[in-house]
Amino acid sequence: MTDMTKTPVKNQDRHGLGDAIRDWWDGLSRPGQWAVGVPIIAVLAILPLYPPPLIDTPGVSFGGVMAQFAMYALIAIGLNVVVGQAGLLDLGYVGFYAVGAYTVGLLTSPNSPWNQTDGGWLNPSWAWLACLPIAVALTAFAGLVLGAPTLRLRGDYLAIVTLGFGEIVRLMADNLEELTNGSLGLSKIAYPQVGESEAHPGGYFSPGNLGDPDSANPLQRANNGTWWFWLGMALVVVVLLVIGNLERSRVGRSWVAIREDEDAAEIMGVPTFKFKLWAFVIGASVGGLSGAMYAGQVTYVNPKQFDIILSMLFLCAVVLGGSGNKLGVIVGAFLIAYLPMRLQSVQLVSSESTGYLLLGLDIALLVGLWLLWRWRRDALGVWVRRGVITVSILAVVFGLLLLGSVLLYRKGGAQNLGDLKYLYFGIALVVMMILRPQGLFPVRQKLLTYGRQVYQAVVRKPAAEPIGAGR
Amino acid sequence: MTSAASLGVTLLAEGSIDFNVSGVIDQFWRLTVDGLTYGSIYALVAVGYTLVYGVLRLINFAHSEIFMLGMFGTYVGLELLGFAPSGNAYSQGVLLTVVYLGLAMLFGMLVSGIAAVGLERVAYRPLRRRGAKPLAFLITAIGMSFVIQEFVHYILPKIKPGLGGSNAQTGIRLVEPKVQFTFLGAQVTNVALVIFAAAIVLAVTTEIVINRTKFGRAIRAVAQDPDTATLMGVSRERVIVLTFLIGGLLAGAAAMLYTLYIPTGIIFSGGFILGIKAFSAAVLGGIGNLRGALLGGMILGVAEQYGQILFGNEWRDVVAFVLLVTVLMFRPTGILGESLGRARA
Repeated sequence: MTDMTKTPVKNQDRHGLGDAIRDWWDGLSRPGQWAVGVPIIAVLAILPLYPPPLIDTPGVSFGGVMAQFAMYALIAIGLNVVVGQAGLLDLGYVGFYAVGAYTVGLLTSPNSPWNQTDGGWLNPSWAWLACLPIAVALTAFAGLVLGAPTLRLRGDYLAIVTLGFGEIVRLMADNLEELTNGSLGLSKIAYPQVGESEAHPGGYFSPGNLGDPDSANPLQRANNGTWWFWLGMALVVVVLLVIGNLERSRVGRSWVAIREDEDAAEIMGVPTFKFKLWAFVIGASVGGLSGAMYAGQVTYVNPKQFDIILSMLFLCAVVLGGSGNKLGVIVGAFLIAYLPMRLQSVQLVSSESTGYLLLGLDIALLVGLWLLWRWRRDALGVWVRRGVITVSILAVVFGLLLLGSVLLYRKGGAQNLGDLKYLYFGIALVVMMILRPQGLFPVRQKLLTYGRQVYQAVVRKPAAEPIGAGR
Repeated sequence: MTSAASLGVTLLAEGSIDFNVSGVIDQFWRLTVDGLTYGSIYALVAVGYTLVYGVLRLINFAHSEIFMLGMFGTYVGLELLGFAPSGNAYSQGVLLTVVYLGLAMLFGMLVSGIAAVGLERVAYRPLRRRGAKPLAFLITAIGMSFVIQEFVHYILPKIKPGLGGSNAQTGIRLVEPKVQFTFLGAQVTNVALVIFAAAIVLAVTTEIVINRTKFGRAIRAVAQDPDTATLMGVSRERVIVLTFLIGGLLAGAAAMLYTLYIPTGIIFSGGFILGIKAFSAAVLGGIGNLRGALLGGMILGVAEQYGQILFGNEWRDVVAFVLLVTVLMFRPTGILGESLGRARA
């Protein structure tokens, strides 16, 4: 109660939209949360079957994009454990992704000397499924091997060493040619062979399943990307439940303690090294799971696919979405998987001159809003201020896209807006770190620190209750 | 699984990596000369990392892109001087060539210096004002690295056709590599001599600037204790700008030397690996320590060359990374220790 009285009234006023949604969500009962959550998941699942016109990605299979989103979501959840929960900046996360993918590849690809599907102990029909736990276990082991010696380092140094690890994994995949077939990669990797029929000789998950867009039966309509997306969603839900339970346990509280102040945590009796290692191993195994899924989906791996820049992209997902917030990083994963594909077919203006005109208008709008903010800020109401901020953000985003579109009319360089993805993500990272370092959907610090039950007990009942009315 | 693991070990030992010890012994001096040439370039770039780290406790991850911009600056400078890219080397007289090389270096330094100061102004200063966490600085640096790389990759060719883009520039060769003299069986080329001499001159100049001048004293003061330095009338902001400027200038010079050595290396992604290696060199020598950066660069360059022959060409980058990891684990303060700063890891 004392906490409540100390909270300044002004802070209450500044609660954002995210907090409003979160309060509403927290207010729901468990069945209520399921009643809202399940339809949302169902809608998401149906989305690739009937892609809405504005959201669709022309030229690229929307199901495939969503499958990639599911994989990136897994990655983001795993990386979030390391970066968001335990506060260890890992720049080589792609290494674990690669280990997972290569485990499946080495065990099931005909190019590999360790191929077990050809008379070995793996039957092609369930080879992928059998490799999944092996991949997870091996990546967890890789996390242990990397973490044990390096986790004594802190902050920036740890970041650089993990970066080196990610690069070493890629270089090894590239150089150990007898084993990994070098830069040629491993092809014909196993995938789940479910639902084989005349229409789908390789089953639903085979790359050959292009789906039947005219069919009314959703199982026939779905292409292989959609099937992988569904599988990925199931994995995401399972992983979310596991990680969520971990976060609410002693382990999760130790992670938060380490993130906030490692020395203090150590002094208070948290075995920091042990829990940092746990974070690394768990994060790595989730990354390996995603990698195994990737190998199965594209049925082909080569070292180029695990470039270090991908690691930075994963970090983008976590940082943009909101480091520490599981649902936030999933949104971040959606952004990094979906936006580049969507941008590929975007052309905002029909000619260069219209583009410049619109750009001029956009800049004029921004200048006007800035002047308004500068001189009349105090006279504006809360909602008007929020409106001004929202419009400014939209105008900046629109301006950047517009600038890209205009530049597309010039020769050389980028061929479509999708090429500029890293440029946009880079700008987003910098702006985010300066203006909103906590990410789009920030984690509620106190909630994590004190645990949900305690937090709600302290904050949720502001009004004085009649004596005897409560429990 | 154990059988698979042991199989992996045997494959590692027998198949893919051949330990060519005799090769290293036979070519010892040649490798040393090559290594010192590379090492000079690493050392100059490493100074940029080390100075910024000493003053701000920040790994300027985008420094590698500053180096990359310096390569493009050198290239544009040579174009402005009337040279055109071609497969053949120009043959001016010795004196004229040196003048042109100096001008090209100035162009590279100009571009890199401006870029480094601009980077500080655009990305790091707003973060400092807001008292951001160290991780925020690192993530911003990664973001700026993206922005600069992708700008050169996709936007620059639209602004100036023929520059930037996905492919490396055709090199402008001012100097034809020619063996100048033989040292213990190792052939020393004119290019190697120029690089080595320029690196020594620049390193000594930097050393004098840092240790003997008023600016240098201010930098050292801020590195030791920012608060006390501010109380003593040192402008912290100005020192920070100066630090970035010196780092940028040296990166630009290193970029010109690098393009002299490898004329076809001018590409948008050309700075990344070199930057990480230079950072490794800085850590190896003791980050925050000027002489450590120079020593670390040389050691890394030489070690890389030996490793390249010992394990095979394709393991060259791995050698640098493994060296970095080993040093960080067993002696995180580096060979000479963190003289400007305090041990942190």
